[in-house]
Amino acid sequence: MNRATANAKPAPTSSLSGRDGLPPFAHKHILGIGGVQPYDLEAILDCADHYVVQNRQSGAASTLLAGRTIMNLFFENSTRTRTSFELAGQRLGANVINMSVGTSSVKKGETLIDTALTLNAMHPDFLIVRHPESGAVALLSQKVNCPVINAGDGAHEHPTQALLDALTIRRRVGRLAGLKVAICGDINHSRVARSNIHLLSAMGAEVRVIAPPTLLPSGIERMGCTAFTDMTEGLRDVDIVMMLRLQTERMQGRFVPSIREYYHFYGLTYEKLKVAKPEALVMHPGPMNRGVEIGSELADDINRSVILDQVELGVAVRMACLDMLYQVWHPEDAAKHQDQGENR
Amino acid sequence: MSAKTTVVRNVRIIDPASGLDVPPSPQGGLIAQRGMIREVGPTALTQGTPDDAVVIDGEGQILAPGLVDMRVTVGEPGMAHKETLVTASRAAAAGGVTSMACLPTTDPVIADAAGLEFIARRAREQRGTKFYAYAAATRDLAGQDLTEYGLLALAGAVGFTDGGKAIAGTAVMRRALSYAHQFNKLIIQHPEEPSLAKDGHMNGGETATRLGLKGIPRLAEVMMIERDLRLVEMTGARYHAAHLSTMEAVEAIRQAKARGLPVSCDTAPHYFSLTEMDVVDYRTFAKVSPPLRTDEDLGAIIAGIADGTIDAIASDHMPEDVDSKRLPFAQAATGVIGVETMISIALNLYHQEHLGLSDLLATMTVKPAQLLGLQAGQLKPGAAADFIILDPDHAWRIDAQALHSKSKNSAFDIRPVLGRVEKTVIDGRLVYDRAGALKAVA
Repeated sequence: MNRATANAKPAPTSSLSGRDGLPPFAHKHILGIGGVQPYDLEAILDCADHYVVQNRQSGAASTLLAGRTIMNLFFENSTRTRTSFELAGQRLGANVINMSVGTSSVKKGETLIDTALTLNAMHPDFLIVRHPESGAVALLSQKVNCPVINAGDGAHEHPTQALLDALTIRRRVGRLAGLKVAICGDINHSRVARSNIHLLSAMGAEVRVIAPPTLLPSGIERMGCTAFTDMTEGLRDVDIVMMLRLQTERMQGRFVPSIREYYHFYGLTYEKLKVAKPEALVMHPGPMNRGVEIGSELADDINRSVILDQVELGVAVRMACLDMLYQVWHPEDAAKHQDQGENR
Repeated sequence: MSAKTTVVRNVRIIDPASGLDVPPSPQGGLIAQRGMIREVGPTALTQGTPDDAVVIDGEGQILAPGLVDMRVTVGEPGMAHKETLVTASRAAAAGGVTSMACLPTTDPVIADAAGLEFIARRAREQRGTKFYAYAAATRDLAGQDLTEYGLLALAGAVGFTDGGKAIAGTAVMRRALSYAHQFNKLIIQHPEEPSLAKDGHMNGGETATRLGLKGIPRLAEVMMIERDLRLVEMTGARYHAAHLSTMEAVEAIRQAKARGLPVSCDTAPHYFSLTEMDVVDYRTFAKVSPPLRTDEDLGAIIAGIADGTIDAIASDHMPEDVDSKRLPFAQAATGVIGVETMISIALNLYHQEHLGLSDLLATMTVKPAQLLGLQAGQLKPGAAADFIILDPDHAWRIDAQALHSKSKNSAFDIRPVLGRVEKTVIDGRLVYDRAGALKAVA
């Protein structure tokens, strides 16, 4: 890339150039963490750091994506992820359109491809897609001519959640490598767990998963983690505790016998947290079930819980994803924008 | 049916039923008259060739019995947009299949004499591959009440099965076995414990976990077989486990045979050629039921074919249109077409030296024919003149779009293979000729 050399000012991020001889970030979509090289993940996190700073300055919006259109296509209900993407797009100057396609109104997947083709004909510049079926976002990405970001597909991946979790840890602790991270709860149905296992193990963290046996999918350890069914054992000496949401329909005898039984053995409390490192951080992708997977006081403890940091950093991470993909798809426009010396 | 005489010369003759395997010779060959084989063997042409005979020069290739495919789904009645008997018949002829047994999982389900007669009539109309039909083992495939096995057997049903649904109730299975026993008909089971398999979409384990798809545990197969084997012991009835996919299932059947139980089984080409790794990119065109398993299972299936534990190779042909397949993996239909490519995929077992050509051909000719009580799958005087000319070494690449089935859901698209059928003759009529050079018989 020539843009870094054209200007005397330092490149604000390490996104495309100046990566010490590493190949440039070349992903056309962000569909998952699995298979993405650690240096590409670092590049997204570095870029996101820049946006964290920008977002904290009031009124400081970028015009990087001015005139561009982002479509949020959610086949599954979501408030926080959709809002976070919406805000990310707006802070980059893009037009954002929300399409909530409730699962009830979508019959079956022919509509998925039809919807993809229909939307593609409107020439969006980005598609942000959430779908209840694993692999559906990748399928859709094959049918469109714009970058696609997976906002969660079935129990497969939720890459931006893992990236924002990593950014949260990196900003709090300063690193990911060598940390002991425990992911606790419904591993079986969790795309957040899968993306986090991929990301944390790629970055050199030691990943543990903690769940009742009925919520541990078979072969999970071969993804690069150690599985525990005893929470106290699993939490011993960990630096980070990531709690997962347990969906109510799974609590009434299908996977766990009852809420109180689950909370007794797998709900995070100060008592259980005692075996972790004294400064261990508690994370949760939200929305929380207080009194199911996490004690209420602990959730509100600003010394331990970084749940609100996660929400804040989520916007920056999603801005970074949009930025990185924009540079892959429109390198000249991105370079021009940079040459104008604008605020990213 | 042609009154003419058809003569086949210059062929290596392989007939697994009789153990015949003779190289091409001047007097070796086959003479067919009025749709039946009159002479076959190394001295068949000693008396010369009749003047009006249509002569097929096999060019040194293999003359073998027409293939018998014991597990095929056709689209009629009810799903003619996926496959008709005409397109299925063309695909079969191109794949050397001269007889096939169709599953009753149509719409409506084949569960009465009228349904069987419908298949028979449609088959007669197109004068190609011979269609035989299974009837449903339970009414509406609901797994509760038995269908009229006796009347259905009289009407031509070659066996009873609920297709891709397991006969799950133990008491129902017991009654089905003992009742079918008196008519000496097979009960064909889809061996999969349904509550374990429920909502599963691929083989359970690490790969399913990575993909975020609900898995079907491998033991769901052998569990159902082991239960059924107890019932076979109890009733003495014949039992056939369809499309084996796991190592444990092969071993269970092997031991049952060693104990002398009247059991048999088949597998399909995808279970000895593909594994769960073929669906890692959510490739719905390789989504099948039971699901593709692991390398270890693939090896066990091959070993089972080689040692005779697995009696038959069947295509498990199941046409599905693009709209049923181009979906998120969990929503996509299961099934692959295969009747046309079965022999080419199976020949890989011969090329890899897992078993000899005659033994391999037996799994697709005489063995399934015997299981179903069909007079088919062998070359002997008096038998129907159903045979193929096979080039076992021809190198080519499968092109799904070029296959004759109406649906193109092959799991083997673009796969390079060795061996293909050059000519297919049914009742003495040349119904398929790859070269297209010989047009006399029709």
